[in-house]
Formats: sequence, structure tokens, C-alpha cells
Amino acid sequence: MIEFEEMPMAAVRPDTADTLLRLDGLTTYYPIRKGLLGRVKGHVKAVDGVSLDIREGETLGLVGESGCGKSTIGRTILRLEESTGGQISYRGEDITRYSISKMRPLRTEMQMIFQDPFSSLNPWMRVRDILKEPMLAHGKATAATAEAEVDRLLDAVGIPRSYKDRYAHEFSGGQRQRIGIARALSLNPKFIVCDEPVSALDVSIQAQVLNLLKQLQKDLGLTYLFIAHGLGAVKYISTRIAVMYLGKVVEIGTKEDIFRNPKHPYTRVLLNAYPVPNPRLRGREKIVVQGDVPSPANPPSGCRFHTRCPFAQELCRQEEPPLAADASGHAAACHFAF
Amino acid sequence: MNDLLEVDGIETVFRTERGEVTSVDGVSFRLKAGETLGIVGESGCGKSVTSLSIMRLLGKTGSIRKGEIRLNGRNITGLAESAMRQIRGSEVSMIFQDPMTSLNPVFTIGSQLVESIMLHLNVKGKTARNHAIDMLRKVGISRPEEIMDEYPHKLSGGMRQRVMIAIALACEPKLLIADEPTTALDVTIQAQILDLMKKLREETGTAIMLITHDLGVVAEMADRVIVMYAGQVVEEADVFTLFDKPLHPYTTGLMGSIPHLDGDDEETLASIPGTVPPLQNMPPGCRFHTRCPLATEKCCAEAPPLLDLGEGHRVRCWVAQGDSEAASPVPVSSAKGVTT
Amino acid sequence: MVTYIARRLLIFIPVLLGITIINFIIVNMAPGNPVDMYIDPNMSPEIAEAKKEALGLNDPLFVQYIKWLGTLLTGDLGYSMSSYAPVARLVGERIMPTVTLGLAALVLALLIAVPLGIISALKQNTKIDYLVTGLSFIGTSIPNFFLGLALIYIFAVNLGILPTGGMQKLGGDGGFGDRILHMILPAIVLATGIAGRKVRYVRASMLEVLKQDYLRTARSKGVHEFWVTNKHALRNALLPVITVVGLEIPILLGGAIITEQIFQWPGIGQLTLQSMMSRDYPTIMALNLIAAIAVLGANLLTDILYSAADPRIKVG
Repeated sequence: MIEFEEMPMAAVRPDTADTLLRLDGLTTYYPIRKGLLGRVKGHVKAVDGVSLDIREGETLGLVGESGCGKSTIGRTILRLEESTGGQISYRGEDITRYSISKMRPLRTEMQMIFQDPFSSLNPWMRVRDILKEPMLAHGKATAATAEAEVDRLLDAVGIPRSYKDRYAHEFSGGQRQRIGIARALSLNPKFIVCDEPVSALDVSIQAQVLNLLKQLQKDLGLTYLFIAHGLGAVKYISTRIAVMYLGKVVEIGTKEDIFRNPKHPYTRVLLNAYPVPNPRLRGREKIVVQGDVPSPANPPSGCRFHTRCPFAQELCRQEEPPLAADASGHAAACHFAF
Repeated sequence: MNDLLEVDGIETVFRTERGEVTSVDGVSFRLKAGETLGIVGESGCGKSVTSLSIMRLLGKTGSIRKGEIRLNGRNITGLAESAMRQIRGSEVSMIFQDPMTSLNPVFTIGSQLVESIMLHLNVKGKTARNHAIDMLRKVGISRPEEIMDEYPHKLSGGMRQRVMIAIALACEPKLLIADEPTTALDVTIQAQILDLMKKLREETGTAIMLITHDLGVVAEMADRVIVMYAGQVVEEADVFTLFDKPLHPYTTGLMGSIPHLDGDDEETLASIPGTVPPLQNMPPGCRFHTRCPLATEKCCAEAPPLLDLGEGHRVRCWVAQGDSEAASPVPVSSAKGVTT
Repeated sequence: MVTYIARRLLIFIPVLLGITIINFIIVNMAPGNPVDMYIDPNMSPEIAEAKKEALGLNDPLFVQYIKWLGTLLTGDLGYSMSSYAPVARLVGERIMPTVTLGLAALVLALLIAVPLGIISALKQNTKIDYLVTGLSFIGTSIPNFFLGLALIYIFAVNLGILPTGGMQKLGGDGGFGDRILHMILPAIVLATGIAGRKVRYVRASMLEVLKQDYLRTARSKGVHEFWVTNKHALRNALLPVITVVGLEIPILLGGAIITEQIFQWPGIGQLTLQSMMSRDYPTIMALNLIAAIAVLGANLLTDILYSAADPRIKVG
């Protein structure tokens, strides 16, 4: 077990020049209305006080099970959902309450790749128009130059130029995801939220798309927030990884920190539960946690993982552990971190 | 002794607006009682259609055009629909990928469980209900009496999959077909369900046909593995041999495509280029040659047979077979005597 | 549930208020007034003017409305301006015939539409499907007055087996059988349109349900195809139909106006037409109010029924 000093978050989160995006105590709640007058009787706490930095040029992997709030974070950053508290800063500037018009230029810098390549592309549009539309809307190209841009984008994502007059529904899942990536790239973004971009794809196609994303990052200097529940994909693509549980970040660190030296029991459980493609390891000791993830409308007291944690103590039921980092910045929110 | 299930060169076709499509093309395999067979492949490879062919749940447009399926030595390919209904849910039962949509939303858990019990076990009322409650308890559902009267939407995905397993095992089938049973579940819930399946397999001795795209799940569960590609079996071996010494380039490709959690960082994943060819438009020769790094001229022209290269390791690849010319080229479909 | 119903009923108040205001304005915008309509043409303009004054028709519109609302709040619907009878009695006499006819038509329509819709879905893209869809198209598009007159011509005039109109034999004491006999033709006319629309709806809903995974589960349990369709699929397929049946209630009231006129059925529809012709403001307003309550009530009932039928929906 590695000894570490507890440090306040501010100390381990210096606002360095290379911080592209910074979240401070971000919350996104959805009201639950009830009763005669429809008063708000509670909240679904999808994201409940998340602070993290994304540095320029890195990939921050965001993992967790369904309902942990990882997708909501991505959508909140892009202002597809409104945050209810906390702060989102982009290049040092607080954009949390930017108006639509002020947000507009930023929309070209921040893009999103969606999970389902089948429903996120308009089936009635040709590939050419799917790619041109954002460029023309944001004045990034003229009718004359857009065509050359479309070719450039298709080359970049490995779709033959001759396919540009086809409709989205004529492509396979992997090809559609490539078109979705091309669409996101069409505005020359700096930052891309990848929301489970390979979960809906076949294994061999997943690898193609992951390789493509990695290559594009290298070529274009992109920064990714890579949201996924598949640990393999996250490990392959990420520089740093944040693990979420019930609206909170429970552990954050470099890829090596998380995979070689996980501190939070939940991270250990996740890694351990992942089926390993090696039949000789099937007899390995496993920690199978019982039960389901509790409802984010009514999260458990104290540490939110205590209801399922194999190591929970009385303290865990009462007191919520802070996200405490060691000197290298590897942080875990657990009273009894490994 | 007969195998529990013998699938012999089945060909399953679907009528579509653009003509007939062959989804499963000459698939053969055996399954012993109590054995777990993993069937691996990507979408459209025919792994689900193979299982639906065994259940004969192919809808109005699908049919088995060739081949034979024998259950306990009895040919069930030509059975009347009424006889098939006796088999479904009783001798062979099935669980599906998405537990959220696999249960009927307007009936209680209890009624959906009891329905199956009353159909096959010739019991009624209280007895059937008690059996249902026992089954729910067996699949690890706490408060089974209360859950009996709940509707599916009240349960989480993991709970629903437990209910599906309870329904499937209620009539003590000899074979359980599990079609991507954990794909829609979260990692920790997946671990719970796989654990449960292992436990029940030991208790009941049910053979399992586990259909999945996840090599991790196969490595965890299966005794033997079949790899399917474009409607055909391309490789079959026991699970250790397959992971130690995969012979078909598609199998190797699949294994290279998954990022490993342990070990060093991979700079690039060994992806398989291109996509699965459409069923209506299969390439000549080996169906994998368009994506295969080892393809030769012969591969483009001649379709390789599925040959046993010893110890039940079967592979459909000219290159792999060339490595071991000594192996006797016995076509698989006649490898075993037909017994009826 | 009780809170939910209470909340919905609370919302009714402003909605009804709004509807009556709009109706009041529209009704008064129609040319002419009760005095012009019912008084004999030889009446001198002075007397007509005095009549108008007495009926309060010369007051500003909002004063008239407030007066009407005031009497309404005391539970009084006022007096007809054409027959001087209390509106409550006029309407009261007419309500039951309309409700009976409407319910009969609705039940008949569903008895036709549900089985046809299911068969059509099960036999999708076959001749039977095309036939059913074709019939539903005709049913939807055929005008009530035309179908009504055609049926009267065939069954009453030519074959003479059914009465041409009215609710009972002239001078007869009615009797249940006689009433049923009189109701057959108007009920068929009203039901045809509803059935035409519902067949398509049941068909679409059933087609959607037939694709669902839980039917495959049922089949994999060894359930007979008959029960897969008529137990597992049907219950799900009928859920959305509840909603659209609720939406038929206002259409039913509208359709009743013409149908009741053709068949001389002494219901709300006939009364509506008469009171419009004579610009009988209090009666028109009362009928509007009833129609509005019927529509709102039908919507509420639909939602309650839906939540009772679908365990996933819980109103509240």
C-alpha cells in the first residue's frame, strides 16, 4: 500500500496553462415534481459535485456504470443540459452561464461524437450535406470551398470520396460512426466529447474506430473527453481516467494509476469484474459485489458505495469521504483507500 | 452415447423483398449433456439465427432449408409446430440479450413465470406459484413472494435477467440457449449474472449454448468454442486451445482487436480492416478473404472446407490447413454417424 | 391518484372559463340575434327593440357574459330565448338519447375495428390486409349524411325492415326492442367513421407490438401462437388505442349533429342545430359548456384508464 498525504484539492489542481477545460463542483439535477400543485419534491442527482481538469491534448477517460452521470457530464459541458450548480471553465473563462449567442463561437471548438451511429445521423441527408451543414452554418466554409473540405474530412476518417452522395442509412455501423466523427471534425474543433463512441459497434470495428480516434488526436492535436463503460477501450485511448459512481468521481489518476494501483474499492471491483479473454484466469479470485446501483434520486448516506462495498465500515455509512490526492495527483474518495 | 444436441449442416434462409438470403450456411456442431459451448462472432455472422433455428423461432419468413437438428438423438427438424412447442421452454429454453424488452410489460413477473410452469409441468394454482417462488429464490432474488406480483418495469436490468433465467430454468431444460445474456448489462451486474449461471449449471447440469461477441465472457464460461463468420463456422476448438493457438486469421484478428486490461500499452490495436460482406453478396472463395491479411490466390477462388486438424480443432482456412497437411481431410458433416 | 384527479379538475376551471368566453364571442359574432330569428316579420321595429332590451341583448358583450356566468354559478342555465323553456330541462331531455346512441356507436365501432385491425396486422401485405385497409379508407371518408340517406333508402324505403327515423314508433310507448330497432341505422352511420379510423390505428399498434422481444420470449416458452397474439400482444396493442378512443368523444358529438338531424333522433345534436338556427344564445352556450365538459372529462377518463391498464404509467 502506498502511503500518501491528504492534500486539499486546490493544491493538486493547479490551474496550469495547459488546462483546457475545468469543472468545479459541477452539479446537474433533474427535479421530481409531485402533488396537487406539482411542487418539486426532490431531485435526481445525475451529477453531484464533480471537479476535474482536462488538459490540452490529453484524453480523459470517464468510466462508470449506467446511471453514474458520465454522459450527463459530457452533455452539460456542451450545454446540451443546463447545470444546476458549480462552474465550467474553458481556457480559463467561466462559460457556465454563457448566453446562446456567446456560446455560439465556442460550439465550433467543442464537438460531440454520439453513441448510436444509427440514430445520430439524419437518414434523409446525404453524407455530403451532413458534413457541409455545420461548416456553412458557422461560416467556416463557403459553398465553393465546402466541397474540398468534405473530401478532406472523408479522407481523414477513411471513407471513400465516391460515397459522399449516399445517404446515412446506406452505411454500416462502423462507417456511420466514421461519418459522425467527420461531422464533429468539420468545424475544426479543439475539444471533443466522445460519448460511448464504440459501444454500439462490433469488436473488430471498435478497434478500427479507436485507432482512428487516436490517429486523429495525434494529427490534429485534439483533446478528448472519452466516456465509456468498456474499460478496455478507455485504457487503450486515455491519458488519465476518472471513475464515477452515482454522480461523483470516486477515483482519478493516470492510466497507470488506475489500472496498476487502483485505490478505490469500486475501481477494484470494476477491474476485477471485467471478463478477461484468457480461460486460464477464470479460476482467479473475484470480488462480486451484490445488488444494484442505488437510485440517484435517493443516494445512500456517507460514502455512496457503502451499500455494495465489500470493505465498508461504520464510518463509511456516516461520513462522505473527500476526494483526496497523493503527491502525484492520484486521488480517491475512500476512507480506507488501498 | 448420443450427444445432447447434434446440428448437422443446417442452412437457414430468409425470404426478403430482394430475394432469398442465406443466414446460416452449413453449420454443424455437437453439444454434450452438461457442456457449455460458446458461439462467438460479430453481428450478422449467423450465431443468433443458428440458435433460433434450433428453437425453430424463425418467424414467417425464415426456414431451415437443409440439414438436420437432433435433440437426444431425435430428429426435430421436421417436427410439427405443436411438437416443437412441447420442446420449447421445456427441453430447450432460451434467454435473450435485452432483459429490458424481453419481459412483457403488462403482465406480472409471477404470471409470466407461472405460464411456463403450467404449460410444461402439468401443475396448477398454488403448486405452480410455489414452484415459481422457488425459482426466483434460486436465481438470487430476495423477497420472491413480493416480486411475483411486481411488473417488470419495477426491476433493474440485472433483476430482470435473473427473472428470465428463472423462467428459462423453471422446467429443468437439458439445454439453455443464452443469446448475449450479459451484453446489455453493466460490468458488475454482468459478473453477478455469469456467477449465477455457473452456479446453476453446477446444480442442474444443464448444457449451455452461450452466444456472445465478447471473448472475455467466452473465456470465463465456455468448455468449447465455435467461431462464426458470415454464416459459417470458421473455427472450433476447446476453449484453452482456441485462446492458446487460434488458427483462423479471423479468430486471431478478433483477439487482437480487444484492448487488454493487463499488460503493457498497445500503440495501435490490431484491427480487422473492412466490414463483414452483406449476406446477399458473399465473395467467392473463402468468405473472409476480403479482410484477411494472409489471403492467397487460392483463397479468392476456392472455398475452404472445415477440417479437423486433430483433437477436435476444426478450422476453415487454406493457410492454416496447409500447415498440417498430414491431418486427414474428413468433411465434418459426416464425421459422426447419423443416428436417429 | 386522488391528488392527480383533483389537480386535473382544478385545471378544468380556467380552461372552461376560457372556452365559454371564446364561445360567447363567436356566438355573438354570428349575424342576427334571437329576436330577429323568432319574431314574426310583421312585428314593429319598436316592439322588437323593446324585446331586445328586455332580453338584455343591448348590453355590452362583457356585461351579457358576466350576467350569464352569474346565473350559471347559481346552477341555473337560464331560459331558452326561443321557447322560453328552462335550458336545463331542454338539454336534460336530450342528453340521454345522445349518450345512448354515442355509446352504442362506440361499442359497435370497437367490435368491428379491433378484430379487423388485428387480422389485418397478422396478415400484413396480403389480400386480406389490403381489403381491410381499403374498407377502413372507405369508412373514414364516406360522409355521414350520404351514408345515412343511403341506408335509409335501402333498409327503410326499399326493404322496409327498419324505421326511417325517430326514437320510437309514433304513438307507441317505445319499449326496448323498438328503441333498438330505431337505433340501428344511426348507430351504424356513426360507427362507420370511428371504425374506419380505429382499424388503421389498431393495425399500426399491433404491427409495432408484433416486433417486440417479449413475444419471442413467449414463443420460446412454448406458448401457443394463438395466445402469443391474443394474450401477450393484444393487451399491449390495445393500450395506445385507449387514448384515441377518448379522442373520438368530441368527434362523436360533432357527428351527432348531422346524424341526429337525418334520423330525427331527439338528441343534443338536433337541439344544437335548432338553437343555432334560432340564435338561442342561452341554449347554445349550455350545449357548448356540456361539449367542453364532455371533452375534458373524456380526456381525464382516458388518462385514468390508461394508467389502470398500463402498469408502467402511474399518474401523479
